[in-house]
Amino acid sequence: MANLKNVTKKTKAQAMGMHSEVLTGRTQQKFFNPDEAENFYYFGTYDVDFNKRTDLDVKDMTAADANKEIDNLMSQGYGTIVIKNPQGKHSIGVGILNKLNLIFEGSLGYFGIGSCDGPTVRINGRVGWSCAENLMAGKVVIEKNAGSCFGAAIRGGDLICKGSVGARTGIDMKGGTIIIGGDAGAFTGFMMQRGRIIILGDVGINLGDSMYDGTIFVGGEIGSYGSDAVDAELTKSDQDWLKRKLKVAEIGEKFDVSKMKKIVAGKKLWNYDNLEPTEKKGAI
Amino acid sequence: MCGIAGLIHRGKSSKVGHELQGMLQALKHRGEDSTGYALYGDTDGKNFIMRFKVGENVGEGSTSIAEDVSVYDERKKIVDSYLAEMGAKIVKEERTLPYSLRYEIQYDKKDLLEFSQKIESIPGVEILSMGKSLEVIKDLGNAKMVCDRYNLDKLVGTHAIGHARMATESGVDIKSAHPFWGYPFSDVSVVHNGQLTNYWNNRRALENKGMRFMSECDSELIAVYLAEKMRDGASLEEGMKESLTGLDGVFTYFVATKDSLGMAKDTMAAKPLVLYESDELVAMGSEEIAIRSILPQEIDTYDPFDGEVKVWQI
Repeated sequence: MANLKNVTKKTKAQAMGMHSEVLTGRTQQKFFNPDEAENFYYFGTYDVDFNKRTDLDVKDMTAADANKEIDNLMSQGYGTIVIKNPQGKHSIGVGILNKLNLIFEGSLGYFGIGSCDGPTVRINGRVGWSCAENLMAGKVVIEKNAGSCFGAAIRGGDLICKGSVGARTGIDMKGGTIIIGGDAGAFTGFMMQRGRIIILGDVGINLGDSMYDGTIFVGGEIGSYGSDAVDAELTKSDQDWLKRKLKVAEIGEKFDVSKMKKIVAGKKLWNYDNLEPTEKKGAI
Repeated sequence: MCGIAGLIHRGKSSKVGHELQGMLQALKHRGEDSTGYALYGDTDGKNFIMRFKVGENVGEGSTSIAEDVSVYDERKKIVDSYLAEMGAKIVKEERTLPYSLRYEIQYDKKDLLEFSQKIESIPGVEILSMGKSLEVIKDLGNAKMVCDRYNLDKLVGTHAIGHARMATESGVDIKSAHPFWGYPFSDVSVVHNGQLTNYWNNRRALENKGMRFMSECDSELIAVYLAEKMRDGASLEEGMKESLTGLDGVFTYFVATKDSLGMAKDTMAAKPLVLYESDELVAMGSEEIAIRSILPQEIDTYDPFDGEVKVWQI
């Protein structure tokens, strides 16, 4: 996320004609008036220089100390930070709200890269449960395997695991893209609400169970479908998007996307009963 | 939220007591009400090793009732007399703590059911383990405390499993601590992380078949369940596979025998497990930091999938 102190009155996107709507909601009126942009500050963000690089050995640090030191380095303008010896520690690299090149030389434990908004992260190892939970934006690449609840509740960004992942990948996700190079466990896409999941390998039982919306693409075998998860037609547009995404993700570039299965929400669960509001209106 | 850890060396022995201590200590944040070790040491395989307790640890937040130490001596005397009655000869005797004993016993019969029932008919006495290489050591406190108290650091063996417990559904005492011996089978032990929801139904059915429960800890069911399957002729792996549907709830558990180590994960994959596998060593734990305590270098690990059962031989 950019530092709002430096945001000009007309954003780049607006200048390109991408936004024409006038936001009139209470929040917009009261808190996000561009005329008062100089009064806003996105706490915890820094302007960093990607060419300014440093190493950080966290072998003898607690997770809290390691995160404070990453924050300290960003405040000094370091834009590329290489973390040495993470050794499976939990909760490292969390709460980073600006652009940053973060490289882990090793594996992370639970809750790594949680609640981040903007960094590009590469982990040359494995990650434990709930990696990149609540990711808002950015790109996270894991070179080996990942544990369960990979990308839980992410809102945006690209989350890529080149190996296999555990159960409940993308649980409750609300946006963004998760790409898995290997296999995925049970309950993948459980209660997902938006966003896309791509699995090049096989996937376990109850795929897309109780999903509200969003799309899951599977290249291998499916253990079983979850409640309200149904097949959909794989369109040309889907295939183009898949090819582009896999290329950008540096994974499965030569994968035959035309044979992938597309799974979406059947929208037959109670919360999608469209007749209900009409009936209620009639009754009133 | 308990923590479990296990390791098996293939083709060699190592200081498994020290290694498991490191793994369990790394998981102490998952629970330190009690810690237990099931160590498979190098022995000549001639005598049985019986680890048993004649009372409870009543300190360190225990829920047990304090007893006069003289009661322990009386119980020990009865154990000694029963052993003599059954023709079991005590070769070596160690009393690490007033309530905790280790006997090396010459005993020729293979069926340990009658033997165990006789010993445990003494009120307050429980056999923690019986085997020719297995030793179950469990007590209140974290891994280091228990290891230091029982001098486990130097124990050399091939494999081991252990448990760091956060007591949730039963008391803080030794009888509810893991590992559980696969009574009455020699050298079988189990540790478990999770909750079993059909405990009482299974327990009633197994008790009707003559199986014994010593605690009200749901995890004990796994040991008894597997023991009953093996009593009926199933292999360890077959029993473990049946447990995926026979046991309801969420679980990851390890089971060890004198020459093998196995893991099983429920069909919901609700409980964590990280696994490292090589030709020389298999190490696994609830979190990767447990494995990193013995393998600090960069290694490849993975999470087993839902409904997975694996067994390794030494």
